[in-house]
Amino acid sequence: MPSTPLRPLIVLPAYNEEQALGPLLDEISEALPALDCLVVSDGSSDGTVAIARSRGVVVVDLPFNLGVGGAMRAGFRYALRNGYTAVVQVDADGQHDPRDVPRLVADLDRADIVIGARFAGAGEYSARGPRRWAMKVLASVIGRIARTKLTDATSGFKASGPKAVRLFAEMYPAEYLGDTVEALVIAARAGLRIRQSPVAMRDRQGGVPSHHPVRAAAYLARASMALIFAMTRSKVELTKAEVAQ
Amino acid sequence: MSTMTYLLSVAAAVIALFSVIELLRRRRLRERHAIWWILAATLALVAALFPASVAWLAAVVGVGLPSNLVFFVSIVLLFLVNLQHSAELTDLEDKTRTLAEESALQKVRLERLEERIDPKRDRPDAQP
Repeated sequence: MPSTPLRPLIVLPAYNEEQALGPLLDEISEALPALDCLVVSDGSSDGTVAIARSRGVVVVDLPFNLGVGGAMRAGFRYALRNGYTAVVQVDADGQHDPRDVPRLVADLDRADIVIGARFAGAGEYSARGPRRWAMKVLASVIGRIARTKLTDATSGFKASGPKAVRLFAEMYPAEYLGDTVEALVIAARAGLRIRQSPVAMRDRQGGVPSHHPVRAAAYLARASMALIFAMTRSKVELTKAEVAQ
Repeated sequence: MSTMTYLLSVAAAVIALFSVIELLRRRRLRERHAIWWILAATLALVAALFPASVAWLAAVVGVGLPSNLVFFVSIVLLFLVNLQHSAELTDLEDKTRTLAEESALQKVRLERLEERIDPKRDRPDAQP
């Protein structure tokens, strides 16, 4: 894998992010002029698509909202069909710093998936109460499944190498928490190597946070259910995709 | 049981069975969805025509009141049909999701091809 340099694609799943997307795209083209960008508009009804197009960014415009999982699978499929060998997911609300992208991609030579992890030393991001507690439990359980040390399993900031791109183009869960918890379990059980790299989170530059504090308590229950079902399902094998290569 | 109630239950069962068959005949109902309904309607007809069979079966399985057996079987059947519908709904959602992704990806390809043929052409769906 390290013999040929990766051809990464930045995928930004965006649902009604017209406020944050413009400045973020400008920032990306300034900081990472060599990298291609793809905006997956997840059924947005605002100016998200127009803003991305006005900056010359390719837009996959989903006809209705599928959730992050659906948007990302479309992104992985686009990457696979257009010759990209790596995908970096960056949230369109601006909380991920695009300057971290090259570091995540560089770490892909030792792993198939690199998670840009909060709570790993960098940055000030903190969550409190049951939500933080739930995230800790999840990270340690998934870390155990993936045989690696994780402090953050639910980060949306992720880099996927060639194997992961092929796996996720084939199947990427669309359910709640499927794009984080279940996707990692599927990858780990398919034999992919997962590691994390500390990143700093920024304040959202617009839009409304998708997790309301009131829902924090239900978070662990749903996450545990997603985890238990992911573990009891049969493994996804990579062999078919590898033969096709 | 009066003759009236007997006729009423037979009529209800016949209407149920007829409805299922008629929907099947008009292709409004696919066979794999109809299996449970045919089973239910047939059971209802048997129970309506021969009420003694219900009483006999209730005694065999140890259900005190024959009507309770009817309720029990009905609820189990309705539960299974509902479950099947939920599973099929999930299946359809998966397919819809795949179609949505594919259609969006095709649109990108199409726009690229149009761009290549005539770069100055206005894209009608670029700005709604």
